[in-house]
Amino acid sequence: MLRSIVGAALLLLACTAPAVWAQKTAVQSIEEYRAMLQDGNPADLFEAKGEDLWKQQRGPKAATLERCDLGKGAGVVKGAFTELPRFFADTQRVQDLESRLLSCMETLQGFNAAEIAKTPFDKGEQKTLTALATWIAAESKGMKFNLSQAHPEERTFYEVGKRLFFQRAGPHDFACATCHGQDEKRIRLQDLPNLTKNPGDGVGFAAWPAYRVSNGQMWGMQQRLNDCYRQQRFPYPGFGSDATIALSVYLGVNSQGSVSVAPAIKR
Amino acid sequence: MADPMRIRAQVSGDKATVRVLMSHEMESGQRKDAAGNTVPAWFIQEVTASLNGKVVLSADWGPAVSKNPFLQFTVKGAKAGDKLAVTWKDTKGETRTDEATVS
Repeated sequence: MLRSIVGAALLLLACTAPAVWAQKTAVQSIEEYRAMLQDGNPADLFEAKGEDLWKQQRGPKAATLERCDLGKGAGVVKGAFTELPRFFADTQRVQDLESRLLSCMETLQGFNAAEIAKTPFDKGEQKTLTALATWIAAESKGMKFNLSQAHPEERTFYEVGKRLFFQRAGPHDFACATCHGQDEKRIRLQDLPNLTKNPGDGVGFAAWPAYRVSNGQMWGMQQRLNDCYRQQRFPYPGFGSDATIALSVYLGVNSQGSVSVAPAIKR
Repeated sequence: MADPMRIRAQVSGDKATVRVLMSHEMESGQRKDAAGNTVPAWFIQEVTASLNGKVVLSADWGPAVSKNPFLQFTVKGAKAGDKLAVTWKDTKGETRTDEATVS
């Protein structure tokens, strides 16, 4: 009798062991898939394009962007990304990477900034901006976020960004915080980072620009935030709008000390 | 003209691992645009790789390959300093060749 029970138990163990081993959670499977993609991140293609565009003479003034001041002095690219958005004295505005690049394209190259800001993402000169942002972000890969809060405008933008993050509105009574205000939430199979605090290295603000495999598009933070608003059924705040920059300041300051992995790869 | 490829070729032992990223739309011909018209097929059809001018890989691709495709393969007998060239040709007859040095 005893022997048969032990036997049955052993048999049970033999049956369940491989089943347990084979059963991965959805999150584990997605992580495996991401790891497989990591090696061939097509963001590399945009990076190369961006570097090329930075050094090319373009626009009505046929000038390069090599004198563009991203906050660390004219032409300094390395380390600029992890300190943006910040206040710029020449434009008297808090600017993120993409809106700053647009200012440079206007002042140095003579492009019409308002027209480019109105261009839909992934079209015309918006493609240029995304490629440039990808390369500039890549130059700060592995560095830690360190946003300035020294200027009063920068502190105002943080507070405004925080308010916007929690502001519920729209037909679905939604806020950014609805999805990104708690730990360990997910939408379908996507993990949602809690962005009301520091989400850690390479998560949230520290992961964009990113290449999205599902639609084969390279997205900057501006497109990411504008699309978040679309998903909340809000109107687009617009490219380089104060609202998106304020949110970026809020997310960026929260990510203080986290390592940037951008350009990342997303599902 | 099409954007350049990114080619990395790294020796480990008597083999080299080659990683290629190609910049291409890879339209399958199955999609419709906003107006309901079929987006015509446009994809890479032929891929060849050669080591110092000798073909080491040739492939026929179809519409099921993703946009901005990634290709990885290993070449036996590749040494540091060898030239590895990759060429693709798409359905419009457009072609692009890029070369990298094995390291």
